[in-house]
Amino acid sequence: MNWFTKTFSSTVGRKIVMSVTGLFLCSFLVVHLLGNLQLFRNDGGEAFNLYSDFMAHNGLIRTMEWVLLAGFAFHIYDALVLTRRNQAARPIPYQNNHPEENSSWASRNMGLLGTVILVFLIIHLYNFLIPARFDGLDPVNIDDVEYENLYAEVVYAFKQWWYVLIYVLGMIALAYHLIHGFQSAFQTLGLNHKKYTPFIQMFGYAFSVIVCLAFAAIPLYFFFFV
Amino acid sequence: MDLTLKVWRQKDRNSAGQMVTYPIKGISPDMSFLEMLDVLNEDLLLRGEEPIAFDHDCREGICGMCSLFINGRAHGPERGTTTCQLHMRHFADGDTITIEPWRAAAFPVHKDLIVDRSAFDRIQQAGGYISVNTGGVPDANEIPIAKSVADKAFDAATCIQCGACVAACKNGSAILFVSAKVSQLALLPQGQTERYTRVENMVAQMDIEGFGSCTNIGSCAAECPVGISLENIAMLRREFIAAKAASENLP
Ligand code: HEM
Ligand code: SF4
Ligand code: FES
Repeated sequence: MNWFTKTFSSTVGRKIVMSVTGLFLCSFLVVHLLGNLQLFRNDGGEAFNLYSDFMAHNGLIRTMEWVLLAGFAFHIYDALVLTRRNQAARPIPYQNNHPEENSSWASRNMGLLGTVILVFLIIHLYNFLIPARFDGLDPVNIDDVEYENLYAEVVYAFKQWWYVLIYVLGMIALAYHLIHGFQSAFQTLGLNHKKYTPFIQMFGYAFSVIVCLAFAAIPLYFFFFV
Repeated sequence: MDLTLKVWRQKDRNSAGQMVTYPIKGISPDMSFLEMLDVLNEDLLLRGEEPIAFDHDCREGICGMCSLFINGRAHGPERGTTTCQLHMRHFADGDTITIEPWRAAAFPVHKDLIVDRSAFDRIQQAGGYISVNTGGVPDANEIPIAKSVADKAFDAATCIQCGACVAACKNGSAILFVSAKVSQLALLPQGQTERYTRVENMVAQMDIEGFGSCTNIGSCAAECPVGISLENIAMLRREFIAAKAASENLP
């Protein structure tokens, strides 16, 4: 191994990769949410369909899609390696154990929460990205130009209660993942400071709750109000 | 006080162990936890049974030899306390108390409640030292060190190497211990010469020993008997990043 691979295969190095990719994924969540908020516009999906057409054809966006994929891949790969290592480090469990006396539930269950997010992610991509990119959707005319009607796909999906349920559960898992993960990423990068850490912790909590609530509001809105 | 103890018994490293139940009567609330075990062991000896093996030395909270996972907590239910400083008044008459050894792949059980913590010694040997030429005693205050820095280094240096951090951590991570040792020396002028090599080698040895990785759960610092802070772990990460970027060490 050269010094580079040795750095990033040590437990401390892998966590650095997880924190950088984790924060990058958080920035993706913001962009994704801002785009999706257009679903709340009462325009029959016009703005949203124009936006999804832009996302599908803009070169920079398409490139960033690959960066995003790499971000997920590294985050998930290192999560797997570290979680398995951590299980092997405690082969015999305690018969009487009270970890709730010294730590939060989310912090102890990042692997479980991540797995729920991964399952959600696969369902989510299968719902929207695959049809949008590969299958071809029904056409819709906006100002006499033909676009693909992704909005109709959203309306259709969120009329089924089990999709709504899956999405809400996915967002609850993401919220708990981030309530621990956001502030944890800064500690992983060595940023622990009397001035900044309280702010990071507060911001991370608010960020996790607000972002996940806003995402979860979309399926609920379509199910109950559209 | 009359109590029921459930204690992990294991003949040696290669045998399977199990929990064994011992009723015990007439314990004074002023006894320490280890004195309570002494009473039980006297009983066992009189009955011709093998006494329970457990680690201890100073019995005043400074050496780090005692251990024990008591009722689901490292060093028992009181915070900031080693097992030897835990007193029976924190338990109630009629309680059932479970006593288990530290559980970690890197801390194999020797016998009963005694685990092998030599992995910590090997991590220390990998870099937890400074090299100085011996000679005359240096004058006091020859090397100026700011009070705030000296305090931080001293706080890190209070780690007694008991291993409760590993025992409490869901991942069996030793990072709180390693970070205390790294910070203590990285903060002081005497630690600068080996600064980068130290953190690189100690982290590498920590990984070789089979400890888990840190998920920033924080149970280590919460259960540490001397209150080593998570700030040390952040410092270890900064040292690691700086070392990997700047040191000339190739593997
Ligand atoms: C949008 C999706 C996701 C975001 C924004 C995200 C974000 C984060 C962040 C910020 C951290 C903290 C990193 C640190 O402590 O240094 C983290 C940790 C973690 N993530 Fe994710 N994550 C996502 C998806 C996933 C998925 C799909 C998995 C697993 C299949 C996963 C598994 C984990 C695990 C196991 C940890 C804890 C790692 C450790 O501390 O050792 N995450 N995540
Ligand atoms: S950091 Fe605390 S819990 Fe860990 S070995 Fe040192 S004194 Fe014990
Ligand atoms: S026996 Fe020395 S610290 Fe407990």
